[in-house]
Amino acid sequence: MPDELSCPMPQSLDAECVTLAYGEGGRLSRRLVQERLLPRFGNPELSALGDAAVLTTSGRVAFTTDSYTVTPLFFPGGDIGRLAVYGTVNDLAVSGATPRWLSLSLMIEEGLTWTSLDRVLDSIQVAAKEADVLIVTGDTKVVPRGAVDQLFITTAGIGEFKSAVPDGPAALQPGDVILVSGPIGQHGAAILCAREDLGFEPPPLSDCANLAPAFHHMQCQNLTPRAARDATRGGVAAVLHEWSTVCGLGIDLEEQQLPVGNEVSAVCELLGLDPLFLACEGTFVAACPEDRVNEMLTNLHKFPVTQNACVIGRVVPARPVAVCVRRAAGRMMPLDEPAGSPLPRIC
Amino acid sequence: MDVCGGQTHNLLRHGIENALSDCIELIHGPGCPVCVTPAAVIDRAIELALTHKVTLATFGDMLRVPGQSGSLLQTRARGGAVRTIYCPTQAVQLAQRHPDQQVVLLAIGFETTAPSTALAVLQAEDQRLTNFSVLAHHVRVEPAMRVLAADPGRRLQGFLAAGHVCTVTGYHELESLAQDFKLPVTVTGFEPLDLADGLLGCVQQLEQGRAVVENCYPRSVRREGNSAALRLLERVFAPDDLAWRGFGVIPQGGFVLRQKYEMYDAERRFDAVKHSGSPESRADHHCAAVLSGRMKPCACPLFGQACTPDFPQGAPMVSSEGACAAYFRYTGGPALR
Repeated sequence: MPDELSCPMPQSLDAECVTLAYGEGGRLSRRLVQERLLPRFGNPELSALGDAAVLTTSGRVAFTTDSYTVTPLFFPGGDIGRLAVYGTVNDLAVSGATPRWLSLSLMIEEGLTWTSLDRVLDSIQVAAKEADVLIVTGDTKVVPRGAVDQLFITTAGIGEFKSAVPDGPAALQPGDVILVSGPIGQHGAAILCAREDLGFEPPPLSDCANLAPAFHHMQCQNLTPRAARDATRGGVAAVLHEWSTVCGLGIDLEEQQLPVGNEVSAVCELLGLDPLFLACEGTFVAACPEDRVNEMLTNLHKFPVTQNACVIGRVVPARPVAVCVRRAAGRMMPLDEPAGSPLPRIC
Repeated sequence: MDVCGGQTHNLLRHGIENALSDCIELIHGPGCPVCVTPAAVIDRAIELALTHKVTLATFGDMLRVPGQSGSLLQTRARGGAVRTIYCPTQAVQLAQRHPDQQVVLLAIGFETTAPSTALAVLQAEDQRLTNFSVLAHHVRVEPAMRVLAADPGRRLQGFLAAGHVCTVTGYHELESLAQDFKLPVTVTGFEPLDLADGLLGCVQQLEQGRAVVENCYPRSVRREGNSAALRLLERVFAPDDLAWRGFGVIPQGGFVLRQKYEMYDAERRFDAVKHSGSPESRADHHCAAVLSGRMKPCACPLFGQACTPDFPQGAPMVSSEGACAAYFRYTGGPALR
């Protein structure tokens, strides 16, 4: 449209960003749902707009929930939308369930631009489609400035059990092998660098990805691991400490075998961080009997997200120190349990 | 003695200390910038954030260290604007982006970080920023090494000098130290092989009865140091007597802003109350013994009991360069507790 024909009225604030009025349940709230959510996520259950989604399941289900808050909303390798879908999908997948349905709650800070919100919603749409899950119920709230940081998302997920499920960490036995499905510490390093504007070039990328297909494939090949967890907050170290506590056994790692990307390794060396403590969002830790591990790795290597899966250690008999790691100089040293978020050192 | 906290961590992390325990005792020195920053400096920073409502920018490692009135992390929880930065010039950018806010850079550390603080001050001057100032407590390593060497009860027989500090300062200053006190000094890096090389150098000198400075980290360190960084330092800061946590005032042990740059001194700008002579806690007394190498972290009665990384009583347990944190993390502290 030529400039002289465009409307001379100044655009209202509502046109640029989300205002409190969109959270008050009236016409604007309905417009938010009708114009922005239904077109992206529409499916019979959601479009019914009932107070609850009505679902038919085939038997036992897995049910999980997680809240997502990340600064910045968009970071190298992902964004809060992808994170909110894959995080919950991965929790279901590593529990042995096939992810089917998600809920989506948006807690929006007034003033968030429509552009940002649309970008996040687009990303959720793409991720949900890729993970083959339906968003069947949800909620939106708009809260005053400062009450949340831009946008918090909560997703809950339901998955169905279709194949053998992991027994869980209590079933671990001495001699079992510990493996990771891909490079470790990517997400933690990416967020730290983006949040603190550390300016590494190229920046480390978040590994934020859908683990369900690779995990499901293992289950279909009768290769269900004894235990599996996605190594989110606290990283691989947190998972292994938890497992050691549950099964009462020790775990030994080999530092030389840890898959660590060049960018993450550089960030860790410069800032004095340990990749074992940094979060992953597209990497799981698994334990399995030694005689199954080669077959398991061969199958994992067929999928791009798990093509770097490898063995990093093994379960050992009970002892006072829970988790140890053989460092570069060849000595087995205790690995501390993560406490608080990793902070960069000074010099 | 390994002077630098980064060396302490890697000596323990890789089990080198343990492997050598039959023949070499490693004493860990005061090279943890956060640990040697007096509590009073942290208290002043907290006061600036809470009472004067400034935006306080500082290094992440500084946030968890307790002063007398809590830590900066707690200050943030109480509504203070505390921002983590990695490089001091980021604080200048903050001040540029938020002209309505007073931004104070809490600048601590050795000669490694001081040149970037100097650069930040020069950038602020260049941009005529009136909302940027510095609460600086930069310390100098060589005078502290001198204090340790002159201690009548001294047990250390050689220094692994801090590779990163020497990258900036060079090591010509250390030559007179080695000579005056008949102590071998090896400029040492941080990777396991660097550390082993530095130790070997020290042991060989002791066996041969020599006491000189040897550069075992030549891929990073030159005798004259980094002249660009030293010029920046010289322009903005002057050496002066300064307090170290655990040591007290060390002659020429730190830097102060030169008169020309006093307008960027946060203490002048905000008239912060000087927290002087706050009573030393029981922990401070022990921390001092650890920082000066008189006591091993695990010999401290608070270690792993009242003092853990989750509930630290002193800075050496908090910092990622602190000796107590290293012992706790890498020697099975949690399991031994």
